[in-house]
Amino acid sequence: MGVWRTVFGNVSHRAIRVWQRNADVWATTWLVNFIPPLFEPILYVLAFGMGMGSLIGTVVYGGTEIPYLRFMIPGVISVAIMFWSYFETTYASFVRMYYQRTFDAIMATPLLAEDVIAGEWIWGATKAVMAATVMLVIVGAFGLVAFPQGLLIVPLSALGGLLFSALGLVTTALAPRIDHFNIPSFLIIFPMFLFSGTFFPIDVLPQWATHVALALPLTHVSFLVRALCLGRPAPLWPWHLLYLTLGSLVAGGLAIVLMRRRLVR
Amino acid sequence: MNDHHPIEARRLTKRYGTLTAVDAIDFEVEHGQCVGFLGPNGAGKTTTVKMIAGFSPITAGRVLVFGVDVSANPRDVKRQIGVCPQEDNLDPDFSVMKNLLVFARYFNMPSSVSATRANELLEFLHLSDKRDAKIDELSGGMKRRLLLARALLNTPRLLLLDEPTTGLDPQARHLIWQRVRTLRDGGATVLLTTHYMEEASQLCDRVIMMDAGRILLEGRPDELVAREVGREVIELWKTTPEVTAFVRGSGWAFEQVEDRIIIRDQQGGQVSRLIEERFPTQARLIRGATLEDVFLIRTGRALKE
Repeated sequence: MGVWRTVFGNVSHRAIRVWQRNADVWATTWLVNFIPPLFEPILYVLAFGMGMGSLIGTVVYGGTEIPYLRFMIPGVISVAIMFWSYFETTYASFVRMYYQRTFDAIMATPLLAEDVIAGEWIWGATKAVMAATVMLVIVGAFGLVAFPQGLLIVPLSALGGLLFSALGLVTTALAPRIDHFNIPSFLIIFPMFLFSGTFFPIDVLPQWATHVALALPLTHVSFLVRALCLGRPAPLWPWHLLYLTLGSLVAGGLAIVLMRRRLVR
Repeated sequence: MNDHHPIEARRLTKRYGTLTAVDAIDFEVEHGQCVGFLGPNGAGKTTTVKMIAGFSPITAGRVLVFGVDVSANPRDVKRQIGVCPQEDNLDPDFSVMKNLLVFARYFNMPSSVSATRANELLEFLHLSDKRDAKIDELSGGMKRRLLLARALLNTPRLLLLDEPTTGLDPQARHLIWQRVRTLRDGGATVLLTTHYMEEASQLCDRVIMMDAGRILLEGRPDELVAREVGREVIELWKTTPEVTAFVRGSGWAFEQVEDRIIIRDQQGGQVSRLIEERFPTQARLIRGATLEDVFLIRTGRALKE
C-alpha cells in the first residue's frame, strides 16, 4: 500500500473546502448554469424524436427493436456526464490555477496541494451529477426512462464524473497553455463522444473499431446508462462498473501526481 | 511554545535544476521583531518566503516555525502564519467580503467568527465601504490592503509579507506601513521582503541583505548604514579632471558612475568642507547616508536581470 500512501496520503477532509468554494461560485449564477442541461435534452428530443428519428425509425439493440430516440437519449446523458466533468477540470480548473492563481492562494492556508486537487476532482464529478440529474428529470418527463432503475444513473454519473474529471485534471497538469486543450479535445474527447455507442450501436463498426470503442471509458458509461434507461440489465454490467472504478482510481492517482508536480515547485 | 523562535532556518537551500535560488542560508527571527529581506530581483527572497510558508519544498537544510519543522508538518505551520503574496491572487469570482469569508473557511473558522473578524479587518484597512465591491473594481492599493486583511484573518503569530507595497502610490504605501507598524507594536512577528530601502528603514528592526541566494549582511538598518557607508554621502556631477584627480588622491571611499562621483564620508562634514573650499563652483549634493547606499555598494550597480 506504499503507492497508495504516496499518491493519496496527503488528501484530507479539507478538500471539501475547495469544493465549497467552487459550489459558492456556481451558486451565484445557478439559474444560468441550469440552462444547458435543461434545454439540451429537450432540443435533442425535438430534433431526434420528430426530425431524424422519423427517418431512422428503429434500431436493433440487444436483440430487440427500439425507437431511435430511446436509443440515443442515454447516449446524450452519457456525453453530458463526460463533457460536464472533463471541461470543468480542463478549462475552468486551468483558469483557476493559471489566470486567477486561486490554488496558490488556497495553498497558503492549512490546505495542501493534494487537498486542492482532490477538491477540484470531486467538484468536476459534481458537475456531471448535476447535469445528469437535471437531464434525467427532463427525459423522465418525456417517458424515456424506466424508473426506479433509472435513478441509479445518479450514482453512476458520480462514478463516470470522477473518471472524466480526473482525466481533465491530468490534461490540465500537462497543458502549457489553455490553447493546448484543443489537442485532447479533438483527438480524444470528440472521437469518444461519437464512437462510444452513444449515437449508434458499436457492433455496426468493423471488428477492430469495436475493440477500440470497448477500450474507451465513455463506452462503458453509455452501456450502463442505456441499460438503466431501458430498464434491462446490461450483459457484463459488473465489468463495466469495474472498468469505471479502476479507471477512476488510476486517473485520479495520476491527476494528483501530475498536478502536484505542476503546483508544488 | 514561547521559547522557540518564530523562524529558525539552518542551511536552508532551494535548487531548481542547476539553479541555486537559495544557497544554504542561516538566520532566525525573534519574537515581536520585524525583519526585512532585502535584495535585487532574483536574490532568493521570495523563494525563502515560500519555503517558510510551506508551499515550496526545501531542497536541503531545514526551517522551523515556532519550533515546528515546516517540511514535516506543513499544515501546523500554515495554520499559524499569515501570508501576503507578491502577486494578486484574490478570488475574482467573489466580492471583497466573500473573499474573506471563503478564505476563513480554509482555516475552519466558524462563519459567525469569520464574519466579525472580516468586518474588523475591513475597518482596520479602510475597506469597509468596499465590502460588497467586486475585485476588479478595486485599485491596486485596495487589492493589496485586502490581501493584507486576508493574511490577518487567522490572527497569525507570524506574518510573511512578500513585497507588500511594490507598485503602490505613496498614500497606499504609507497606509500599509502604518498598519504593519500597528501590528508590530501589537506584538506580531513580521518578515517582509522588499527592494525599497526606505520601506526597510521605516519598518524593520533588522534587515537581512541577500544577493544570488546568499546572505550578504544583516543588522539594524541604522547600524548597517553607519558601518558600511558612514554618516554622509556627497555626490558630485559634471566633474572636471582636476576634481576627479583630487578625489582620487584624497584616500576617500568613493565610486564613479559615469560622470558622477559618489563619496562616502565616514566622519561627516569633512569631505564636503574640503570640496567647498577647493572647488566652490562644483555641482554637488550632500545628503545623509541611507540603506540604499549600503545596498548598492554591496550588491553592485549592474542591472540584475
